[in-house]
Amino acid sequence: MTSGFPELWDTRSFGRALDSAFNSVVANWGETLEMVFMPVLRGITGLERGLQFLPWWVVVALFCAATWAAGRKVLPVVLVAALLVLLGLLGVWNEAMATVALMLAATILSVVIGVPLGIVMSRSDRMRGGMLPVLDIMQTMPIFVYLIPFVMLFGPGKIPALLATIVFAIPPVIRLTDLGIRQVDPEIVEASRSFGASPRQQLWTVQVPLAMPTIMAGINQTTMMALSMVVIASMIGAGGLGYQVLQGIQRLEVSRGLIAGLGIVLLAIIFDRIAQSYGRRVQANLHREGN
Amino acid sequence: MRPVKIEVQAVSKVFGRDPKGALAKVRGGMDKQRLKDETEHVLGLHDISLTIREGETFVIMGLSGSGKSTLIRHFNRLIEPTGGRILFDGEDILTFDAARLQAFRRRKVAMVFQRFALLPHKTVVENVAYGLTLDGVPKAEALRRAGEQIALVGLSGFEKSYPAQLSGGMQQRVGLARALATDAEVLLMDEAFSALDPLIRHDMQLQLKDLQARLGKTIVFITHDLDEALLLGDHIAILKDGTLRQVGTGSEILARPADDYVARFVRDVNRARILLCGAFADAGLIVAPDAPVVEAGATLEAAFAAFAGGAQAVAVRNGDGRIKGALTAQRVMEALARE
Ligand SMILES: Nc1ncnc2c1ncn2[C@@H]1O[C@H](COP(=O)(O)OP(=O)(O)OP(=O)(O)O)[C@@H](O)[C@H]1O
Ligand SMILES: [Mg+2]
Repeated sequence: MTSGFPELWDTRSFGRALDSAFNSVVANWGETLEMVFMPVLRGITGLERGLQFLPWWVVVALFCAATWAAGRKVLPVVLVAALLVLLGLLGVWNEAMATVALMLAATILSVVIGVPLGIVMSRSDRMRGGMLPVLDIMQTMPIFVYLIPFVMLFGPGKIPALLATIVFAIPPVIRLTDLGIRQVDPEIVEASRSFGASPRQQLWTVQVPLAMPTIMAGINQTTMMALSMVVIASMIGAGGLGYQVLQGIQRLEVSRGLIAGLGIVLLAIIFDRIAQSYGRRVQANLHREGN
Repeated sequence: MRPVKIEVQAVSKVFGRDPKGALAKVRGGMDKQRLKDETEHVLGLHDISLTIREGETFVIMGLSGSGKSTLIRHFNRLIEPTGGRILFDGEDILTFDAARLQAFRRRKVAMVFQRFALLPHKTVVENVAYGLTLDGVPKAEALRRAGEQIALVGLSGFEKSYPAQLSGGMQQRVGLARALATDAEVLLMDEAFSALDPLIRHDMQLQLKDLQARLGKTIVFITHDLDEALLLGDHIAILKDGTLRQVGTGSEILARPADDYVARFVRDVNRARILLCGAFADAGLIVAPDAPVVEAGATLEAAFAAFAGGAQAVAVRNGDGRIKGALTAQRVMEALARE
């Protein structure tokens, strides 16, 4: 068979070189990296065990407390409680808790890494110019592609699942942090400058607080994307609801796949409610009218 | 004469990619329009020199786009000049490094903005305390001092409100209190009252005059309302297309406009609000002891009410309390009609 495009350079040996370079990274650094990520693994496993070990009503109460703290409204709290009970009734409680643990870890790490990156990006146009294409690639590259190197480095398990999830889910929080800070009314930033705010004071007293609703929207999107990764991540040993879906496919059990899928949807709604009611409260604080 | 507070020496500002190169072209004779068309640079200010003295209210006037905001932002270096020097108490502020500049902005100058620019996520008292907290004043003390300023501008009781809960006039009072709170020597006010409706605006003007009399700050005030300029300004500078056309007291400018542009600017002014009773009092006129009295420093408008009440003549009293002379309705009309 003839190729449609002339082979101008040797792609095969390039590919081989890339592979062997990566293999040597795995050989030389694999163990070190595994050591480095050991605490993270312990953290996730601990969180998962904890959530599964606690009586279900304690977990529900914790979620309700988080919802209340986020929004100070009764309705979302009731909704979240009802959805969690439904999740339990579906019979996928333990799997759901495993998924929650992985997703929370991925979201927290994404925020911890992503918000500072977004801030850095908002401070310089050159930085932004360099990062935007990288973020575009991260979002469009098929997710399975990341799985290969992570699995090679760590072997199947929670760590590669976590890292692949972070790579996939982090772009929105970075982008929206940058956007939120850039959208802050320049007059207010100028006012802060005119009173002698240092760049750091401008950032923390004006830019970040005023960008908060946008940053929260980014965190919300990141949470949702992390959740949507659980099925794919389960292919490399993440466990949880995604693994049930995978088994449903492998065994052609419609019910198993459907129930686990429904569980994922319920989790999505729960986290979306929590994030949104927080976002709304922050927004209301910025444009308060009446009492 | 009062000591010089701010001295602006040959300041020019060009916006664009190569300001220095563009400024050289302007010095070579290229005008603002050609500079824009041919090089896509905007001439913001051209060769401005002026002197602002301690304790005075210095008004900068001009049409939209004449460079007023650009000029006032040079006084606290929110904008860096392309050429020239700015001396504050005799020191060139362009030589300040970042730390020195921050300290300067925290303690020496404070700004009030046209669209208030309050921090929407902070309460009124937090907004007013903002400059103090930036300067590291302990929170309790900052809030206490902020409370005093809030009382001074008549907003007691609203400390815990958020800016969006207040009317425009109240928000601008917060802006004023915020600027007063750091006890800066110089207040920069960029069209601070333009966004307010006429009633509240007049109220704020009087309040500012009152504050000025009590606190003796140096105020740089931008407006494009001539009546406001004449009411507030000890000196008025008129800008056009980034150049300075005239500087002088209100009556100097009214009496001898430097050019056609200034003359057109002052044509529609309400003379009753500018001309002073003292200047037109007739020393030979004897008035009844029970005749109404106005101050020599008051505007002619102050005498209107007395005439409307049926008085034949109004006594004019000097600053030292002695009667200087009197005004009749006819004299006032002559003064107003004089062209
Ligand atoms: N950052 C900037 N970049 C380019 N041009 C600018 C910039 N800032 C101001 N200018 C230009 O400088 C000139 C003066 O603007 P400035 O804002 O000082 O006017 P102004 O007198 O305050 O007008 P207004 O009464 O409308 O507020 C205008 O032609 C404006 O387009
Ligand atoms: Mg302006």
